[in-house]
Amino acid sequence: MSTPATADATPPASSPARGSTHGGMWRVARTIAWRSLHTYVRRPDLFVPSLVFPLVFLASFAGGLSALGDVPGFHFPAGYTAFQFVFVLCQSAMFGGLFTGFTLAFDFESGFARRLMLAAEDRRGIALGYALVALTRSAITLSVVSAVALATGMRMTGDGVDIFGLYGLAALLTLVGYGWAAGVAFRFRSIQAGPLMQTPVFLLLFLAPVYVPLGLLKGWIHGVASINPATAFLDAGRGLISGVHDQTGLAFICAAALIFLFGIWMLTGLRSAENAP
Amino acid sequence: MSVLARQIGVLARRAMRKTLRQPFQLFPIVFFPLILLAVNASGLKAATLLRGFPTHSYISFAIAVAFIQGGMFSLINTGTNLAEDIESGFFNRLALTPLRRVSLISGLLVGVAALGALQSAVYVLMGVVAGAHLDAGIGGALVILALGSLTAVGFGALGCAAALRTGSGEAVQGLFPLFFVFIFLSSSNLPRNLLKTGWFHTVANANPISYLIEGFRSLYIYGWDGTALWRGFAVAVGLTLVALLGVAGALRTRLQRT
Repeated sequence: MSTPATADATPPASSPARGSTHGGMWRVARTIAWRSLHTYVRRPDLFVPSLVFPLVFLASFAGGLSALGDVPGFHFPAGYTAFQFVFVLCQSAMFGGLFTGFTLAFDFESGFARRLMLAAEDRRGIALGYALVALTRSAITLSVVSAVALATGMRMTGDGVDIFGLYGLAALLTLVGYGWAAGVAFRFRSIQAGPLMQTPVFLLLFLAPVYVPLGLLKGWIHGVASINPATAFLDAGRGLISGVHDQTGLAFICAAALIFLFGIWMLTGLRSAENAP
Repeated sequence: MSVLARQIGVLARRAMRKTLRQPFQLFPIVFFPLILLAVNASGLKAATLLRGFPTHSYISFAIAVAFIQGGMFSLINTGTNLAEDIESGFFNRLALTPLRRVSLISGLLVGVAALGALQSAVYVLMGVVAGAHLDAGIGGALVILALGSLTAVGFGALGCAAALRTGSGEAVQGLFPLFFVFIFLSSSNLPRNLLKTGWFHTVANANPISYLIEGFRSLYIYGWDGTALWRGFAVAVGLTLVALLGVAGALRTRLQRT
């Protein structure tokens, strides 16, 4: 088997192999990104669910709960569809990252990722390559979801810069989801770790003001949502889509901090994968 | 005891043990619906302020969904267990024994019925602990166990049909999200009279899961509502019959292939 040879003969992720440069890292990243995206768009079993589920969430929440827009104290200038669209956008972005973690775990399980680690001139390129995959997958999903939402009458009352900020935030959330999932995938190297990737993100998102603004939440959920970073993401996103800014700076700071933390988590995971027997 | 009853009893006991001994199967049945209930009941509490909302307690309104989710986990667990038996060759070996064909699946479904009643009892108890008010009282709780058990059998039979048709646990697992869509596009979060978006209202009206949910919900909110109850039982019985037809067809093909 190739794995022990990998662990013994090749240097850790932090010191690129065979004297490679950043160019080497990008070469590896581009190759991985191309291969994974090629697989993604050619396999309907991967492609279709990643598009269908956000649309079902949008339909269910924006369509099924639109009466919540009439709850006393609920004021959102862009309407309830836009209010829920931001949740679906954040969720799709983070799950775009998570699903790429699944791909990475599956590649480990099939033995492909181990061979990749032998061949890569700079293994940080592996982590970077899958990050590019996550961003591209999210871009595809978010484009489709946005097109459907706009086609069905969603209003965006924010200006161009606000909307750019909204999608910028979504890109950062994709990296947050990916960083967490990739760290798990590098450590466990098995798709069995899927629930460990999904559950914390699922809870993080649903323990935020999903259906109504924070002010209308009562009881324990209000306390939890008040300290949940996902609340800042949703408030900022809803502020950007409506043009009435709320927590925008805090959301970007939280996202950047989480990317930094999960970046460390991911790279130490990569080190753990290198040292694995 | 007749031979058939003994055969069904043995296979039912095996089916129950197989689920109860696997924490990976038990955890989602018990905790996933309860976590979702906790999150949704808190997050959607403001909905009780809407004019026309039938109760002041959102948890009493929302707990009905837990029974349906439990039923859907029956689909996955039963289907996956049967698919595992097919993949490992155990099902073929069983088919070669003098065991009657009808007991091959009946045993499994009797086990699912017992587990369905058990998981419904857990949801009822947890609901009471969380503050849900069961307007129909103890009698209502017994009806919930019966409806929960029948719902679990209906979904479990669907899982069996899928497992017999595909012979793959992975394929059965893939059905789970598909069935979740039916919950999402129903009156799971708001009553149908408050579904304001036209197309969603139409879909929820046509979705049988809405009536199944409302059957459970009526016992919590209205007490004894005959219309909601007969509709709920009709959907559960219909689901079971359709699934059993699917099982019969798939079993015939599977055993011929064997």
